[in-house]
Amino acid sequence: MSTLNRRQVIAGAGALALGTAFMPRGASAQVSGRPVKAAFVYVGPVGDFGWTYAHDQGRKYLEEQLGADKVTTSFVENVAEGPDAERVIRQLAQDGNDIIFTTSFGFMNPTLRVAREFPDGRFEHCTGYQAGPNMGLYNSRFYQGRAVLGTIAAMMSKSGKAGYVASFPIPEVVMGINAFTLAARKINPEFTTQVVWVNSWYDPAKEAQATGALLDQGADVITQHTDSPGPLQEAEKRGAIAFGQAWDMTSFAPNAHMTAIVDNWGPYYVNRVQAVIDGSWKPENVWLGMKEGEVAMAPFNEKMPADVKAAAQKIIDDTKAGTYEVFTGPIADQSGAEKIAAGVVVPDEDLLKMDWYIQGVQG
Amino acid sequence: MTPELAVSILMAVVATSTPLLIAALGELVVEKAGVLNLGVEGMMLIGAVTAFIVASATGVPSLGVLAAALAAALSSMVFGYLTLTLTANQVATGLALTIFGTGVSALLGASFVGITTGTLGLVFPANLATDPILRILFGHSPLVYFSLLMTLGVWWFLSKSRAGLILRAVGESDSSAHSIGYRVIGVRYLAVLFGGAMAGIAGSYYSLVLTPMWAERLTAGRGWIAIALVVFAAWRPGRLLLGAYLFGAVITFELQAKAAGWSFLAPEVLTSLPYLATILVLALISSRRASARLAAPACLAKPFRASA
Repeated sequence: MSTLNRRQVIAGAGALALGTAFMPRGASAQVSGRPVKAAFVYVGPVGDFGWTYAHDQGRKYLEEQLGADKVTTSFVENVAEGPDAERVIRQLAQDGNDIIFTTSFGFMNPTLRVAREFPDGRFEHCTGYQAGPNMGLYNSRFYQGRAVLGTIAAMMSKSGKAGYVASFPIPEVVMGINAFTLAARKINPEFTTQVVWVNSWYDPAKEAQATGALLDQGADVITQHTDSPGPLQEAEKRGAIAFGQAWDMTSFAPNAHMTAIVDNWGPYYVNRVQAVIDGSWKPENVWLGMKEGEVAMAPFNEKMPADVKAAAQKIIDDTKAGTYEVFTGPIADQSGAEKIAAGVVVPDEDLLKMDWYIQGVQG
Repeated sequence: MTPELAVSILMAVVATSTPLLIAALGELVVEKAGVLNLGVEGMMLIGAVTAFIVASATGVPSLGVLAAALAAALSSMVFGYLTLTLTANQVATGLALTIFGTGVSALLGASFVGITTGTLGLVFPANLATDPILRILFGHSPLVYFSLLMTLGVWWFLSKSRAGLILRAVGESDSSAHSIGYRVIGVRYLAVLFGGAMAGIAGSYYSLVLTPMWAERLTAGRGWIAIALVVFAAWRPGRLLLGAYLFGAVITFELQAKAAGWSFLAPEVLTSLPYLATILVLALISSRRASARLAAPACLAKPFRASA
């Protein structure tokens, strides 16, 4: 990995001051005879042991697989979603990075703007829905994993009520809540999911407190769409069951941790950088899932009963085989009205814009 | 509401408020001496990571708390040297200390991400805390009792002791204190040292009690809330206790109401409650303008140079 030195920063600032009119493009279209420069923009710290950690593991995998003669990588962590992100992405483009991966939903518009300014640069945004002529999109079908969690939750819960510690009501999170609840209600039609929004991706203490509140209010299964192991630790303390987020978090909660959705970004990053090297890179909208190995499940906890393990494994196997699709109608919304007709599978573009809750979701 | 639920909510309020109270008590003493240290968040992070490292290396969490106090106090001495001896700008140096603490804690803790350690146990025998009512009295972390004792101690020190009087004199009129022979810089060093140790202990509460783990930026901005609480409390320990618990109660209420699925208040409204409460209390305080202006130490954030 490389870091900016002072001279590069001054050069970058100078380039900005001169204007882009007759300056050479920061990012170059052709890559030959030198390593590809790949940059990553992270919303959290690489040490969060969750979302950002998983992306950074992918970055390290990329370095290992291709080697230093083919790729050099750099990253900027803790980038706030908003104007700050645009500044960071622009600086990375200015610095001559051949491909820039921006890994949070809130980086979509900043990436789009910088991509327009650098028509020869290559940009890839994770979890968004707007692309451009030099900006691709990629995401994982995490909802496939959520369906596995929902199945386990419904089979193991005594109260029939799950607590969901959630970050922000964006389509990605809404989709996850719905997938979890849909799968759970296939096991127990009365199952409900209580959502608590903590309005943060990463705040261990608040996530743990939200978990405590959910357990106080009768939930006995906890799942989360925030990035720290806080909820798992609280569930462990209180004797409830829970699931890891983005990475195997068993070490934090050996009894509570049933399994986890593991984000396996490495192979994707290798593919895309290889495409840059081969000259075949073009912006795409890539949405991979369990079948391709981008979404994996951590090993099941030994405490899980055999029938639960079997049911969860069946969801995984059927998803990989393409015979199980959790978003298959009939699906009713919160009011009980039928939103998706029987047998209809919600198309990808609707999933990526999902802004309604299914029946059984509260909060 | 069952008694179990009520007790559980009460315990959550105490758990939320305690680290804020500890860090804010330290900052209160610092500011009473006329120094504004905005590095609380950085010192808390240094405390949090040190506590975790020492606790997992020795297996004794209480040693971790001690080490957290020492490490954060040490980092506060860097701030002290720059602002008191070299009379650097306090605001800028404090911000630098926060940035430094964030970075150095991430560096030190890099190899401790993803592991757990023992948590700080209870002071009282565990069987005392099985009954829900007794749990409110005896079921807390030792740091909770520490924070309450320290509130009393800081109040007594500032308003009843001679040393506290000198400290306040230094904060209100450094030149007068100097002219009658008190060592302004020395007193301020001691205050900054105390503030650092308290911030470190507050940090250890996150990495050893609330969520026993280390992750970067574990305290997630709580140091700033602690600084705000000092203003909120008009530099009075009693009001600080009230403020910290009010803040903890509002946050707990927000999460409990969301978890209970109360639909008569939109989640967005619940989320904004802590901020609304802050605005309300600040409005109430500043409505008595003269007293609010009198509350701040007169020499706050002003560098002191002894003149001949």
